[in-house]
Amino acid sequence: MIYKGIIFAIAYVLLAPFVGGFLEGVDRKISARMQRRVGPPVLQPFYDVRKLLNKQTISVMTAQTFLLMTYMVLMILTGFMFFYGTDILMCFFVMSTGATFLYFASVVTSSPYSSIGAQRELIQMMAYEPAVLLSCVGFYLAAGTFQVAEIAGGDHLSYFLQLPGFFVAFVFILTIKMRKSPFDISTSHHAHQELIKGVTTEMGSKNLAIFQITEWYENVFLMGVVGLFFVNSNVYSVIVAIVAILLVYFLEILIDNSSARMKWADMLKLSWVVTLFSAGVNLIILMVIR
Amino acid sequence: MAKIKKSPWVLHYDGSSCNGCDIEVLACLTPVYDAERLGIINTGDPMQADIFLITGGINSQNAATVKQLYDQMPRPKVVVAVGVCACTGGVFKDCYNIQGGVDTVIPVDVYVPGCAARPQAIIDGIAQGIEIFQKRWDEHHELKKNKGEVSK
Amino acid sequence: MQVIPFLIIFPFVVSLLMYVTRVNKVRNAIAYISAVIIMIATGVLFAQWGMGGFKEILVYQETALYDHVILGAEWVLMLLVTVLSFKYRKYWVSLLSILPTILLTWFELSGVQLNEGAGHIRVDHLSMLMCLIVGVIGGLIVVYAVGYMHGYHHHHTDIPDRRYYFFALLFLFLGAMYGFVLSENLLWIDFFWELTSICSFLLIGYTKEPIAITNCFRALWMNLLGGCALAIGIVYLGLTSGEVTMTALVDMGVAGKTLAVIPVALIAFAALTKAAQLPFSTWLIGAMVAPTPSSALLHSATMVKAGIYILFRLSPAMRGTTTGSMIALVGGFTFLVTSIMAIAQSDGKKVLAFSTISNLGLMVACAGVGTEETIWAGVFLMLFHAISKSLLFQDVGATENALHSRDIEDMHGLLYILPRLAIFMFIGIAGMFLAPFGMLISKWAALKASVDEGNILLVIFICFGSATTSFYWTKWMGKIISASHLREKTFKDITKKNEVISLGIHAVLMVALCVLFPLLSKIYVTPLINEMFGTGENVLNDAILYMLVIIIVIVFAVPGISFLYAKNMKVNTKLSYMNGVNTGDNRKFTDAMGEEKTLWLSNFYFHKVIGQRKLMIPSQIFSLAVIVIMLCMIIGGVLA
Repeated sequence: MIYKGIIFAIAYVLLAPFVGGFLEGVDRKISARMQRRVGPPVLQPFYDVRKLLNKQTISVMTAQTFLLMTYMVLMILTGFMFFYGTDILMCFFVMSTGATFLYFASVVTSSPYSSIGAQRELIQMMAYEPAVLLSCVGFYLAAGTFQVAEIAGGDHLSYFLQLPGFFVAFVFILTIKMRKSPFDISTSHHAHQELIKGVTTEMGSKNLAIFQITEWYENVFLMGVVGLFFVNSNVYSVIVAIVAILLVYFLEILIDNSSARMKWADMLKLSWVVTLFSAGVNLIILMVIR
Repeated sequence: MAKIKKSPWVLHYDGSSCNGCDIEVLACLTPVYDAERLGIINTGDPMQADIFLITGGINSQNAATVKQLYDQMPRPKVVVAVGVCACTGGVFKDCYNIQGGVDTVIPVDVYVPGCAARPQAIIDGIAQGIEIFQKRWDEHHELKKNKGEVSK
Repeated sequence: MQVIPFLIIFPFVVSLLMYVTRVNKVRNAIAYISAVIIMIATGVLFAQWGMGGFKEILVYQETALYDHVILGAEWVLMLLVTVLSFKYRKYWVSLLSILPTILLTWFELSGVQLNEGAGHIRVDHLSMLMCLIVGVIGGLIVVYAVGYMHGYHHHHTDIPDRRYYFFALLFLFLGAMYGFVLSENLLWIDFFWELTSICSFLLIGYTKEPIAITNCFRALWMNLLGGCALAIGIVYLGLTSGEVTMTALVDMGVAGKTLAVIPVALIAFAALTKAAQLPFSTWLIGAMVAPTPSSALLHSATMVKAGIYILFRLSPAMRGTTTGSMIALVGGFTFLVTSIMAIAQSDGKKVLAFSTISNLGLMVACAGVGTEETIWAGVFLMLFHAISKSLLFQDVGATENALHSRDIEDMHGLLYILPRLAIFMFIGIAGMFLAPFGMLISKWAALKASVDEGNILLVIFICFGSATTSFYWTKWMGKIISASHLREKTFKDITKKNEVISLGIHAVLMVALCVLFPLLSKIYVTPLINEMFGTGENVLNDAILYMLVIIIVIVFAVPGISFLYAKNMKVNTKLSYMNGVNTGDNRKFTDAMGEEKTLWLSNFYFHKVIGQRKLMIPSQIFSLAVIVIMLCMIIGGVLA
């Protein structure tokens, strides 16, 4: 059991950037197709990062690099813990600590755009954290444990059936976490500029590459959580989980391409209301059943 | 040697343009011309840009700004002047506040003439800029390597 | 165990000494020595108790003399309150003191046969922990206060220098706290309770400014109201069952006897007022007008923790009862609402005040749920909160002396202006919410336990509350480390040496606590839970323990390593991006009129949306309604 966990965890550390980068490439391609464009090659994200790593190292504040690196390592640790199969709540706690370091990396420069972007990033954190914690509670209620390994190795049918409300809330905040429209208010992906580049405004070359790679790690981790709603001890459930992940990913792309950016206040209200109603109602039902 | 030319990110700056060229620059991103298929991305941020795309001439107000934006870009970097105003000052050349083309403040690598420059021409200009971009990196890399050999 | 009466009486003696010594230097010396003696005595008590095998000890069974002294002292307090209430024309406040005093006097002198139990003083894990908090942190605060008050009166020349009075009160407070946490007899508890209330009242009113007077009377009446409830609860318990000890009350509560229901509810209500829960939160916010050491002392070490302490004591009796639900609901609600209100504050001390109330809310909720896990979490919350809040209050005070402002906006780039204070502040804030520090793991345990107990509302409160909590802390931390745009003014770090010593010890304690936290859980807090509940469950299982150790190592090591790596990196420094119009450095830019403007960055506060003015009254009404309705249900249920 432990060996399995270690293999998964190491596989995550080694492969996640490739999977994440590939997913982003697909994302950009599909987005382009949705806009009736040809779009960049699927490997474009890797070209981008390669270029960023090969450019002159610049920064506005030297401290930024070290804060970003901490952000990256904590994010990798989050995924490592998750795929190793430990406590899911702990994973998210480490993730939010990592996100705090991203905030620090942006405000440390005292530049107007990245500071405003960072403030918004903070609002985003506030918007998604309840849903994330509630999802953990949902898993705990359904599986009786916070341990990812035990949640994933259960003999149940699929936790999705017990936790649809939590799933909705989680997918909803996934849009925030993946910086997709309508919630890309702190920074956004190409051709969606917001506040210049928001939190990443002062990140050039290597710093931006670190940020980019961390985002890939993060996306893979988040997709892993989506998969956790579906897997059980049956091997075939993995296929279901992968299909679900791809569907969710596609859904995010679709939402991204079909919606306009929201104001942060609306985002906060909407995400809290959705969290409260879908996850909260689900929570009440589960607790009553128990 | 790393192929960095597959990912040219563009910073677009509007000097004192009449907006004709700017609209054409943005047209390059639309489905019809789809510059992103070449990996070209219009970033708004000099820290992240490789190619500096300027439309319109340089006047006494924006000269310092253009210079600062250029300084903020990490090397290697390329400058593309889009439209006749950016190349030489164009019809505004003799205005009291116009200093002339972009090359009066920063070194320009590619001149894209036209009033307004057509999207095809702009993409072609960027494509030429990309080659220079790669060449600069190669040369720098070569230099670094030689230096390393000498010191050994 | 001769140390115990010493610990209670010695501060009173010192207090008297402080009051009569009018030479600053002499008084300061006495204050230092006494603080050290108190800390040592606490250590001795701990050692003696530890030699005895960490067992629960009850002493002083026959105390008729002391009882009369206490009764007399209670009348003195009552007279003091009455005189002051009449002096400041708040006549009705005196009633809140007169009524319970008369009630208790009648009760004690009426000759009701009372079972006084095996002793008046009790030493066990929980009270010892409180002693350590009071001794160590209280002692350090005294050390800090000596330096701080010097600077305070240097800057505030309009306020009469009554330091003798201030230090007298500080020591009185310490003595009262020791008495409070070590008492087993409820009548004694009530006396020390009133004493802490009145001390805080006098400390808040120290400056005698109109606002201070208003606020101190608010604190007084709220705390006295709790005192009334406490007195009524005790008298009710004594008259109906003849018991006047905490143990007896808790045992009756655990056994499910109806006689215990009303006293438990009333005492828990009293604890809510003391712990500044909604709707009684305003007194703690008002207490911010006092000089920093007193507010630090009030908040972190003593006063508010007294309420939490009582709730922890009662928690086995509250588990699964309506009282427990009421306490958990009010606590959880306070946790969420006050953390939202904290977002809207930019005054450093106000943020600390709100976050104190908010964290206390979480502890109160833990006590209300009353399971082994929540008490475990609550104890750690209390411990971390005590140290980190004390650190932060002292630090904000020192920063205020240097910057002449305690506004968080003015702390922009504090790391570059006052690096020492900024680092202390950073550690303190990190202790309040970041991952390896204990606050988080406590939150984890609280969340788990409230799910286990099926307390849906509490689960939601914790999930949303922790999001809002990290918002205001992160915002503040970001402000400290931002590159400075205030650099044109120079500020001198005028922190006194003794202040730095106190701050340094706090910071070291904070980090040590974080690192030793798993160990502490095993050797101290788990036995504490055993003692309270009689079950030997290890709350923190091994998997979590290992994970924690790994996280602690990584979170401490990674920034260090990457800092060294990044330091040696060849970097081309660029100007920050301001649309290409910044002039020379990152602090100024050219505006649309071609003139140079200075950049000013500010955080989000949303004070128009979620400010204190908007939220306070509705949430007070809501929580008051909850308390009134549930108390009616509880009392009605017993009497009917």
